[in-house]
Amino acid sequence: MDPLFIYPEYEVVRDYDRCISCRVCERQCANEVHRFDERANRMLADSTKCVNCHRCVCVCPTHALKIVKSDDTYKRNANWECGTINEVYRQAGTGGVLLSSMGNPKPYPVYWDKLLVNASQVTNPSIDPLREPMETRVYLGKKTVKIERDEKGRIKDNMSPQLTLSTPIMFSAMSYGSISYNAHESLARAAEELGIYYNTGEGGLHRDFYRYGKNTIVQVASGRFGVFRGYLESTAAIEIKMGQGAKPGIGGHLPGAKITDEVSDTRMIPKGVDAISPAPHHDIYSIEDLRQLIFSLKEATAYKKPVIVKIAAVHNVAAIASGIARSGADIIAIDGYRGGTGAAPTRIRDNVGIPIELALASVDQRLREEGIRDNVSIVVGGSVRSSGDLVKAIALGADACYIGTAALLALGCHLCRTCHEGKCNWGIATQRPELVKRLNPDVGYRRLVNLVTAWTHELQEMMGGMGINSIEALRGNRLMLRGIGLTEKELSILGVRHAGE
Amino acid sequence: MQYVIIGNSTAATFAVEGIRAQDKRGKIVILSDEARPAYGRPLISYYLYGRIALENTAYRPASFYAENAVEVRLNTRAAAVDAENKRVLLADGSFVPYDKLLVATGSRPFIPPTAGYESVERRFTFMTMDDALALERELSPDRRVLVVGAGLIGLKCVEGILDRVRSVTVVDMADRILSSILDEEGAALVRRQLEEKGVRFVLGDRVAEYAGNTARLAGGAEIAFDVLVTAVGVRPNVELVKEAGGAVCRGIVVDDRQRTSLPDVYAAGDNCESADLCTGARRILAILPNAALQGGTAGTNMAGGDAVFAQGAAFNAIGFFGSHIATAGVYEGESFTERGENSYKKLFWKDNALKGFIIIGDIDRAGIYTSLIREQTPLDTVDFELLKRHPALMAFAGTARAEKLARRQ
Amino acid sequence: MKVVYVNEKWCLGCHLCEYECAFANSGETDIVRALKDRVIHPRIRVEDGDGVHFAVNCRHCSDALCVKSCIAGALSRDEHGTVVIDKNKCVGCFTCVTVCPYGAIMPGADGTAAQKCTLCTENAMGEPNCVRHCINNAIVFEDRG
Repeated sequence: MDPLFIYPEYEVVRDYDRCISCRVCERQCANEVHRFDERANRMLADSTKCVNCHRCVCVCPTHALKIVKSDDTYKRNANWECGTINEVYRQAGTGGVLLSSMGNPKPYPVYWDKLLVNASQVTNPSIDPLREPMETRVYLGKKTVKIERDEKGRIKDNMSPQLTLSTPIMFSAMSYGSISYNAHESLARAAEELGIYYNTGEGGLHRDFYRYGKNTIVQVASGRFGVFRGYLESTAAIEIKMGQGAKPGIGGHLPGAKITDEVSDTRMIPKGVDAISPAPHHDIYSIEDLRQLIFSLKEATAYKKPVIVKIAAVHNVAAIASGIARSGADIIAIDGYRGGTGAAPTRIRDNVGIPIELALASVDQRLREEGIRDNVSIVVGGSVRSSGDLVKAIALGADACYIGTAALLALGCHLCRTCHEGKCNWGIATQRPELVKRLNPDVGYRRLVNLVTAWTHELQEMMGGMGINSIEALRGNRLMLRGIGLTEKELSILGVRHAGE
Repeated sequence: MQYVIIGNSTAATFAVEGIRAQDKRGKIVILSDEARPAYGRPLISYYLYGRIALENTAYRPASFYAENAVEVRLNTRAAAVDAENKRVLLADGSFVPYDKLLVATGSRPFIPPTAGYESVERRFTFMTMDDALALERELSPDRRVLVVGAGLIGLKCVEGILDRVRSVTVVDMADRILSSILDEEGAALVRRQLEEKGVRFVLGDRVAEYAGNTARLAGGAEIAFDVLVTAVGVRPNVELVKEAGGAVCRGIVVDDRQRTSLPDVYAAGDNCESADLCTGARRILAILPNAALQGGTAGTNMAGGDAVFAQGAAFNAIGFFGSHIATAGVYEGESFTERGENSYKKLFWKDNALKGFIIIGDIDRAGIYTSLIREQTPLDTVDFELLKRHPALMAFAGTARAEKLARRQ
Repeated sequence: MKVVYVNEKWCLGCHLCEYECAFANSGETDIVRALKDRVIHPRIRVEDGDGVHFAVNCRHCSDALCVKSCIAGALSRDEHGTVVIDKNKCVGCFTCVTVCPYGAIMPGADGTAAQKCTLCTENAMGEPNCVRHCINNAIVFEDRG
């Protein structure tokens, strides 16, 4: 037997003065942490099974539970932290690649938090969004630069297809399979009510959700899961997924346990077998190849739908984006290294890619310099956590943001980062029917609508404060930003001046 | 329009509600030979047992008659029905004319002709509150009570008085107690429970003769007593209809709208017959809920509505000293039995439908069984194995359950 | 009238409603005081099957058999249509238990009287507490006619 017992990182603490042994925690824990001990006549908890999803903490009617960080520790070592040591133990025990979920949790700098937003004083009056128009609507797609006229002098309608968003927020790609049917329904219904878009990810589109087509973006990824004519036709836009911020350079991985009958039907893949999408698209080895796929998709949909190319933020992102902007894509989506995932190798999640803030600034700058910024809209994702991040992203040059993790949080996710185990107690990242039903879309969609509505209000407040009344006027308006605690280099990449300048 | 109701108990009360749901203005007259407003008749044993105060026994709030504009004539006995002239002849010789008449006269205790009965000084029946109050006056810790009849009424009386007297002996001709609702095994269990409380039973025997305060049984034994309660059964009060020329079998013959064979004369309650949905046979189903349903049906129809009583079934809920018994339907066909220390459950089914049940002990949710009988739900549409273990809506198919629960019935 | 409905599709079988019901009708203002070390007697009860759960409580039937069957007149309908029980009148014969097709009326804690859901009209909760605390919106308070 392996003597290396790894003490749980978090412990379940029960206040026995408050516990009424109702066993709700026990019934609601798919990890079987809680149980009622008949002999002791009280509830017990096995912290070794706990993933710290807080389901029990939330449902306990007497608030008798909390989960705390364990104070068990190896000898303190600033270099060899407990978690690092434990990962070595795990790998020594299994010989396997470590798997994780959701976004990079490491303490890299968060540039959103080092940017400050301007406000009007005296000379340029602020605007009260409750009393004056405040336009949050945005159109995503290639913008016509030149006015062309026909032989009779009439202006030609050469406008590329556009996505219309009531507010510059979309729900990021999250596949049916990685998340549940009810999570998808919540996203779809919320997108419809909000007048925005949700994204199928690479999991195909469940037949029940074709009705939300006008608020749907479908993804074509390296595995081509669920892609067929009806899929492309059902939707408002098509996204080619080249990369994902959480795991740049590799493809998707959906554990076989999550591939149920319905998921298998929707993805058009066998049931119960791990679905591995390839690291590259095997038909794309150049911008020219990408252009071929873009135009294949446009051809298939009569040039009526914008095509989005999604890439992970990596070192040469500006050059890559420049290529994409010339490839015929209508929208570039860039996903930063803090973006979430349902499953990724830990090392890749935690070490590969770059911050979205820097990637966005450099891409926007590069496209402007090359005079091709209007060829594409830019959508960024990868940990947009609040309307504050949203405002800063737009000021750095984004047309809109993708939110994934924030949307899942709205649905109840507590970032326990064990999506890959498929036992999500919140009914989100699971396909087990008894868990899926825990997310009632009537509740979930409402919470998503609330979240986006709230952010939009805040966005309007901040724009008004800056004296700006449209997203157009904020986009790329880096004068509205100042850096704090940033080096000259960082400021230069971000294209902002330091606070006080 | 003048509605006249003879009798003032459950059927009459529900008839008033049935009439008023249709007709807010017609005049309603209730003729009652009792001195008090309607009360739940079965409460009389609970009153003696101390479970309910006398002032709480009224079947409806005091405002009921005024709110429903009912003229209640207490202490008024109807002597005859003149169906031809549509009027009720009262004992004092006066008449009450009616447009619609409901005969809700219930039943009366049957007293078997027994030599010497008249010689018993303290003899009672147990049907009305007056009976109970009269009996109560004669209860004291030094008195021995003889109850003749081990049926529902007799044994509820026993429960009511046991702790208030020296002893109680019960005699019944049948070889088991509660023979109308229990089988042998169930009866034996309840008998044991009652004996543990101190009740003495003499079964399979009858009183041949009374001699003052001694009952001489046919089997030869003698029982000395101080107070006698006779509760061997009841007889339906059919005479008013019968003498007016209406059809009467064992009870008053009515159709499923509670109409007697006399024009504009209805009957409801323990005095009339109705179809037992378990067997199809017409018989007197003398239980309070049927009286309520029949009364409501009669009232609705009297006032021009259209209601049908088609849910006749025998069921009883009874208990002694904190124990509980629920029974329903008829005991025919195949059966399933579950036994415990102090519990007993038996289900009867035939022709793919539940026909009856006996539950002693845990009666929780027994109504689900009763509904299976009332609806004659085909058993192959439910999880009967689950139902055998315990009554549960889970046993119904998902769609049937959704139908049941997603709408208000 | 508005009554409590349970949508089986969303019922998780967590049994919280039972505890919230017991609390609501306990007369206590603190749930721990109300329920700690007590056996609960909720008026709403959850049935658990193979992957199927649903809570059941009084349907407040428009043609309520329990009201018609009550030997004491203890069960009645109030002006809002809610089927209510007068504990001073109930003698605990449990005829109502024997007739309720939903199994939704039951002996109370001390076994001497029946109890049933009265939509939290007789406690301080204001709205049905099971509805308010259902974690998945499976229990709703609606007028479906």
